[in-house]
Amino acid sequence: MSESIGLTARHSAPAVHAAAGRPLLELRDLDTDIALRRGTVHALDGISLDVAPGQTLGVVGESGSGKTMTALSIMGLLPSGGRVTGGQILFEGRDLRSLPADEVRRIRGVRMGMVFQDPLTSLNPTIRIGAQVAEPLRVHKRVGRAEARDRAIQILRRVGMPRPERIVDNYPHELSGGMRQRVAIAMALVCSPSLLIADEPTTALDVTTQRQILELIDDLREEFGMAVILVTHDLGVIAGRADRVAVMYAGRVVETAATEQLFHAPRHRYTEALMRALPESAIRDSGGHDRLISIPGLPPDLSGPLTGCRFAARCSYVSDECRTTDPSLIPGTHQHACLHPVPTPAGAVTGPAGAVTGPARARVEPAAEPTRVEPAAKPVTAAPAEVTELPVLSVRNLVKDYPVHGRGLLRRAAGQVSAVADVSFEVRAGETFGLVGESGCGKSTVGRLSVGLERPSAGQIVLDGTDLTDLTGRERRRMHRQVQLMFQDSYAAMNPRMRVDAILAEPLEIQKVGDSSARQARIATLLDQVGLSRRALERYPHEFSGGQLQRIGLARSLALHPRLIVGDEPVSALDVSIQAQVLNLMRDLQRELGLAYIFISHDLSVVDYMADRIGVMYLGKLVEIGPAREVVRAARHPYTQALVDAVPSITPDRVATRDGTTIRGELPSALDPPSGCRFRTRCPRAADICTTEPPLVGGLHQVACHLPLRPEPTGTPTQDQAVG
Amino acid sequence: MSTLSEAVGPAEPNDTPPRGLWRQGLTVFCENRLALVGLGLFVLLAGVCFLGPLVYQTDQVHTDLTAVYRAPGEQGHLLGTDGVGYDQLGRLMLGGQTSIIVGLAAGVLATIVGTLLGAIAGFFGGWVDAAVMRVVDAMMSIPSLFLFMLLAAIVTPSAPMLILIIGAFAWLGPARLVRGEALTLRSREYVQAMRGMGGTGGRAVRRHIIPNAIGTVIVNATFQVADAILYVAYLSFLGLGIPPPAANWGGMLSDGLADTYSGHWWLLYPPGIAIILIVLAFNFIGDGLRDAFEVRLRRR
Repeated sequence: MSESIGLTARHSAPAVHAAAGRPLLELRDLDTDIALRRGTVHALDGISLDVAPGQTLGVVGESGSGKTMTALSIMGLLPSGGRVTGGQILFEGRDLRSLPADEVRRIRGVRMGMVFQDPLTSLNPTIRIGAQVAEPLRVHKRVGRAEARDRAIQILRRVGMPRPERIVDNYPHELSGGMRQRVAIAMALVCSPSLLIADEPTTALDVTTQRQILELIDDLREEFGMAVILVTHDLGVIAGRADRVAVMYAGRVVETAATEQLFHAPRHRYTEALMRALPESAIRDSGGHDRLISIPGLPPDLSGPLTGCRFAARCSYVSDECRTTDPSLIPGTHQHACLHPVPTPAGAVTGPAGAVTGPARARVEPAAEPTRVEPAAKPVTAAPAEVTELPVLSVRNLVKDYPVHGRGLLRRAAGQVSAVADVSFEVRAGETFGLVGESGCGKSTVGRLSVGLERPSAGQIVLDGTDLTDLTGRERRRMHRQVQLMFQDSYAAMNPRMRVDAILAEPLEIQKVGDSSARQARIATLLDQVGLSRRALERYPHEFSGGQLQRIGLARSLALHPRLIVGDEPVSALDVSIQAQVLNLMRDLQRELGLAYIFISHDLSVVDYMADRIGVMYLGKLVEIGPAREVVRAARHPYTQALVDAVPSITPDRVATRDGTTIRGELPSALDPPSGCRFRTRCPRAADICTTEPPLVGGLHQVACHLPLRPEPTGTPTQDQAVG
Repeated sequence: MSTLSEAVGPAEPNDTPPRGLWRQGLTVFCENRLALVGLGLFVLLAGVCFLGPLVYQTDQVHTDLTAVYRAPGEQGHLLGTDGVGYDQLGRLMLGGQTSIIVGLAAGVLATIVGTLLGAIAGFFGGWVDAAVMRVVDAMMSIPSLFLFMLLAAIVTPSAPMLILIIGAFAWLGPARLVRGEALTLRSREYVQAMRGMGGTGGRAVRRHIIPNAIGTVIVNATFQVADAILYVAYLSFLGLGIPPPAANWGGMLSDGLADTYSGHWWLLYPPGIAIILIVLAFNFIGDGLRDAFEVRLRRR
């Protein structure tokens, strides 16, 4: 190790590693085992990582890769049965595994801080915010009650909490998710640690909030000069924030490099595949026409012995050598453990699976995107007969209010939550209509209303010419054949005590379709359609992985030959590689069966890839609706633009260029929505006129804004059906 | 934070042969030592009570005033005789039969009634829920022992009558429990998914609510049985049990109490210990079942 001081500046990436003096934290060949009922799982196998002071290390990987276990091993918070079995955890050169327990506790408590994913479960609901934030001080520094409170207020102010002197006396449930995560960060920072470990700190948050929190962590890192380990599954989050990135797979670090280097020229085939599996990449490469490049199969089971490269079974570049030799990280600034790495950009850039985008191209492309994409040129909707058909679903002036009961014996209605306010749209056969917005915007309610799970307060839902709200009894039951719901968490949407055959037979039984042999035949067809083997029939939901469950969920939705499937965040719980499989499957089935989808998601890049048209919702209102490419590339509503800007991207250069349109603050309460334009309280362009409600106007690309960002592009063919 | 199952990586379901949920539950149950002890204890007690009389034959109909208060071992009476000359061991077996039959039947009856009413109340909510639960509240507010005594004083106690009386009051507990369970289960996504297919409330209760509450129900049922055995004992102890020559452990305990100071310990301890053992057995079994049902649902 050199003697130079370990101060590193961001964006001097290649120099960072060489100049880094003594790392703050160094993991050497760390092994962690977890003892379970069915055997011991080797969660981490020889992890070596280091973080210099002031540096951000991104640890990225899919679920089961061991990224969280790495963080927990460092903090000594392994779940029961978990144990570090080998290697060293060097903090400022001292091995935490050999220091006395008291000393380790002090180091972990004072010098390190950790932020967890779910800010609701990581805060104690019975303790006031102030006491909770100051707890580390009281425990480790023996600070008095009054001083602790002052320090808590101070630190809460530092993390951007409005009115901290009042917040300290609140309880966690009184705060929004983003605010709770700020509290959790304040808690981690109150002892001024030199290392902050953030484990998926923004996964549970909306994109605009995510952006605020990530920026906050960045600012605090600079202010406190601390090192940050950012653990996430989201390549985009890492791309914008980390100095160095370590990619993990199946308990190993498979590649580590400076961020720019890694994202412009990944070497390991897994990293490459992961990046190509993102919908973002498909849109960049082909405008979203092609199938996503998915990674087949599942990660290996870590409880058994593994030989060779752990990715070999899923790799398209695999050779016999890969199955027998266990590759180790090749030392250098860009380390990777791959026998057939992606060629360096200097050499050839083509591989068997198609061209790997060179760094130069990747950098210029985002700028070229808006002009390159022709909205009309999507093959999915290219079949003209389908487009001109009558809409499958037509929603007119939909309103849904939930009464809020006051306290007390009589529980009089104290007000109404306006979940959906005057929403109109149409979905045509074979079309995908994307519905995006942040949590609480009413997009899921629209989905539930569309499938008839709830009745609207006002408005019409016309399905195939009949108004759903008028139906009763038998007709209503038959209506459910036409439209089906697909859930985010298929495990929760399946009765854990029913076998898959019973789960798939249920819709047929309810609708009294066919006899039992006909049902069996239908179920077999369904399994084939979603690519599962017949053996799945005898199993229970808990025996399947997330992607497989989502296939079963899709099969169940298809059982009744519906014309429309409403997917409520259908891939949000899945890993990138599995997400690609499910999205491909959904597209294939759409083409095969002429299905229409309403695709509800908070993830704009997924909706961008899937949808033909997108509707953007904000606080119960549809603020913008139009062809997918246009809405994303040429947003007309300031809120849409803010959403687009907040989406983390794997093209790091894009992060630097976008600012200005960030929206701040919190979503107003739907109990008392702002008058006029509901977005005006957070809108950077708000003017006096915004106190009156803007109508949704335009031809194909409509917007509900008095001061749209750009006029509707001319030259787009006007279609009468599009104007509801 | 990823959960443990995620960290472990998804299991490939094609590797292992399918194991039924019941099989998995059984494995867990068998890992609980106390549960096995409880099960063994119950089998032993039931075996002795129902099969014992075939081996150890005694006259439990006619009194024999020439052989009262024989100490254990005297004249072939292994546990001695009581104040009217019945063989104590034979009487224990006979009494055990009544206690076990009445306890099991009353427990099962209470569980079935309570589960159905609770599931319906919890799932449908509204006025159905209000009606059922107010009845439960009202009945719960009256001490059950008082009600038992009142009823037992009005009707002549017989085994079926005892089952009905105990069952009529013991369903309150399971009803509340299952209602609570149904309240959470009805908002589960699989119930919503079923509604999205056009399913009705009846199907939801039958196929989704009750099967998923069954773990709680069965665990509770074992405690219900234990409670019912105790109720039989209480009633008999208070002299409101089934009249002689029928016997049960509670009544025997009550009779034995009179002899506490005369040194006839064999009339007091055996029925008392038997009651403790059977109640304990059911509680152990209940604990084991609780584990078994909980683990079954965990993604492993």
